[in-house]
Amino acid sequence: MHRKYVLTAVTGAVALALTGCGGASAGTPESDSDLIPVTLQLQWVAQAQFAGYYAAVDQGYYEDEGLDVTIQEAGTDTVPIDVLASGDADYAISWVPKVLGSIEQGTQVTNVAQVFERSGTMQIAFKDSGIVEPADLAGKKVGSWGYGNEWELFAGMQEAGVDTSSDIELVQQAFDMNGFLAGDIDAAQAMTYNEYAQVLETENPETGKLYQPEDLNVIDWNDHGTAMLQDAVWADSARLAEDPAYEETTVAFLKASLKGWVYVRDHPEEAATIVTAAGSTLGASHQLWQANEVNKLIWPSTSGIGLMNADQWEQTVAIAMGTKNETGATVITSEPPESAYTTEYVEQATAELVEAGVDVMGAQYEPLEVKLEAGGS
Amino acid sequence: MSRPTSRALPRGVPAGLAGVLALAAAWEAYKALLPDDGWVLGDTRILPRTTDVAMPHLWDMVARAAEPLTSAADAEPLWLATLRGAGSTLGVAAVGWLTGVTVGLLVAVLMARFLPARAGLLPWVVLSQTVPLIAIAPLVKRWGSRLEIGALDWQDWMSVAVIASYLAFFPVAVGALRGFTSPDHASTDVHLELFRAYGVGWWATFWRLRVPASVPFLLPALRLAAANAVVGTVVAEVSTGLRGGLGRMIVEFGASASADPAKQWSPIAGAALVGLAATGVVALLGAGLRRYQTGEEAR
Repeated sequence: MHRKYVLTAVTGAVALALTGCGGASAGTPESDSDLIPVTLQLQWVAQAQFAGYYAAVDQGYYEDEGLDVTIQEAGTDTVPIDVLASGDADYAISWVPKVLGSIEQGTQVTNVAQVFERSGTMQIAFKDSGIVEPADLAGKKVGSWGYGNEWELFAGMQEAGVDTSSDIELVQQAFDMNGFLAGDIDAAQAMTYNEYAQVLETENPETGKLYQPEDLNVIDWNDHGTAMLQDAVWADSARLAEDPAYEETTVAFLKASLKGWVYVRDHPEEAATIVTAAGSTLGASHQLWQANEVNKLIWPSTSGIGLMNADQWEQTVAIAMGTKNETGATVITSEPPESAYTTEYVEQATAELVEAGVDVMGAQYEPLEVKLEAGGS
Repeated sequence: MSRPTSRALPRGVPAGLAGVLALAAAWEAYKALLPDDGWVLGDTRILPRTTDVAMPHLWDMVARAAEPLTSAADAEPLWLATLRGAGSTLGVAAVGWLTGVTVGLLVAVLMARFLPARAGLLPWVVLSQTVPLIAIAPLVKRWGSRLEIGALDWQDWMSVAVIASYLAFFPVAVGALRGFTSPDHASTDVHLELFRAYGVGWWATFWRLRVPASVPFLLPALRLAAANAVVGTVVAEVSTGLRGGLGRMIVEFGASASADPAKQWSPIAGAALVGLAATGVVALLGAGLRRYQTGEEAR
C-alpha cells in the first residue's frame, strides 16, 4: 500500500517536472541551452487576460530574445507582488492600485510596462432597475468584490455625490454572478472580459434565450473619469538599480511580451486557442470573447503598447489617495516614489519592435463581434 | 466477541449506498418542495434558493459529467477529467497524510517520553491549528520554492502536501499521546504495575504495552487525519492554484457557476470520492490492527 503512495508521488513529481512547473529561476544554467531562465507570476490562472504572454511562449518570441520563460499561475491567496519581491519570480502581472499600497509599505517594485491602458471594470444592472449612471446607485444594493477591486466603484459613486457609507447597501459579491441573477444585487461589479460575459452566457428564464446586452445597463468607469490602471508588468526595483543583466533581460522580456500582445491583436482566434491549449478550462466562445475584450483594453494604443500615459497614472494615484472605501481606508496616504514606474525599458523595447516593422500603435484596430454560446462553450 | 473481519466491509456497503440515495432523494425533495426563492424570514435567508442555478438537478449534473470538459476538439469528458483530478488530489493527500502521521507519532512519542516536552509542546500543537490555512499556504509555497535538498527539486505539489500534513498531524499527535499514556490513567489496569514490578525499561514498556494500548485511540485519529489531509489538499490547491487536482477545478469552474451551474458539481462529487477512498484505506488499516482493539473495546 505504501509503495503505491510512493509510486503516486513519484509519478506526480515526474509529471510536474515534465510540464515544467519548476520554481523560480535562481540562475541555474540549463544544461542543453544558453537561454536565460525567466519566471513570470500571473495574478490568476491561465486565461485570455494573459494571452500575450502565452502567445509569446507559443510563437517562440521569448526564445528569439534568448529567454526561457516559465509562466506561474496564481491561486486565490497568491499576491503576485509578494512573489516578485521575495525573489520567486522575475516579473509579475498586477493591477496598479493593488501594488501602490505595497509600495507605500516599502515593497521595492517598479511598473516597467503598462499593458492595459483602459479599465475592464464595470458596474452592470438590469434595464428595469433604472440604474444608468453612478448617481443612480444611491439606495441600491451595490455589489463589490472588495480586496482592492472596489476603488473605481467607490470613486465613481463619491464623484457622483453618493455617500458610500450611508446611501447604498454594499453587498459582498462572489466570483460568480448568481447573486446578481437572483436579485440579491441590483448593480454588480463585472469585468468586461469575464463576469459580463458570464451573464450573457446564461439563459434568461423569461425568454428562454440567453441574456442580451440590451437587457443590461452598463456603467463603464472609463466614461466617468474614475478608471484606474490595471494589468501592468512589474519588476524588482533593487535589481533594476544594480544589475545591468536584469535590465537587459527586462527589455528583452518586454519586447517579446508586447510582440505577443500584437499577435493577440492580429490573431485573436489563434490566441484564444493557445490559451486553452495552455490549460485554461474556459469555454471556447468565452475564451475568444475574453481575448477580444482584452484587446479593446490595449488597442488602439495612445502612445504605443506598454508605455505609461502620465495623465492616467496621475488619475490612478489621485483616486488611490483620495477615495475612501467602506472601512474609511484609502489605498495610499502619500504620493508614490519616483521608482514606482519607469518607461525606460518599454521605450527601448517598443523602439526595437518598430524597427523590426511591428505596429505597436494598432491605430487601425477593429474588434471582433464575438457570439457567446450558452455556458460559454 | 470479535466479529469476522471479512463481513465487516460488505455489511457497510448497503448502508453506505442507502445513505447516498437518501441524500440524493433529500436534495431533489428539497428542490421540489420549497419555493425557488428558498425561505426568507424578514431580511434573512434561512434556507437557500432552489433554482436550477443554485441547486442543479442531480440528473443535470450527471448529464454534464458525460459531456466534454470544454468545447475544444480534443477535450475529454468531464467525468474523466474529474477522476484524473481526484487521482492527483488523492496522491498528494496520501503523501500529506503519511508525512502528517509520521510527524504526529514522533511528537506524541516525544511528549509521552518526556514530561517537560509534553508541557512545552502540547500548547503549541493545539495553537498550530488555530493559524488560518490561507495565511500559511502562500508562505509554505514560497519557502518550498527556495528549498534545494540535494538533487530534490522542490515541486509545488510538495507544498500542498506539506499543508495537508499540517492539518493531518494534529489528531494523530493528540490521539497517539492519549493512547500511549492510557496505561497511566487506567487505575484498574495492572499492566503497568506488572511491567514496573519486573523492572522493564521505558522503551520496552513502550513497545510492548503503550503502543498496543494506543491502537483504539490511534485508529479514529488516523481516520480524522485522512479526512483532514483531503480537506487540506483541496484547500491548499485552491489557495496556491496548483494544477491537476480537484481544488483547481473547483476554482476554475466557479467562473461558470451561473452559466453552466452543473459543471462545478463534478469536482465536488470527486472530492467526496477522494474522502471515501482515503477513509476506506484507513478502515483497511484498522481491519489489520483489529486484534489490538478487542481488549479495549469493552471500555
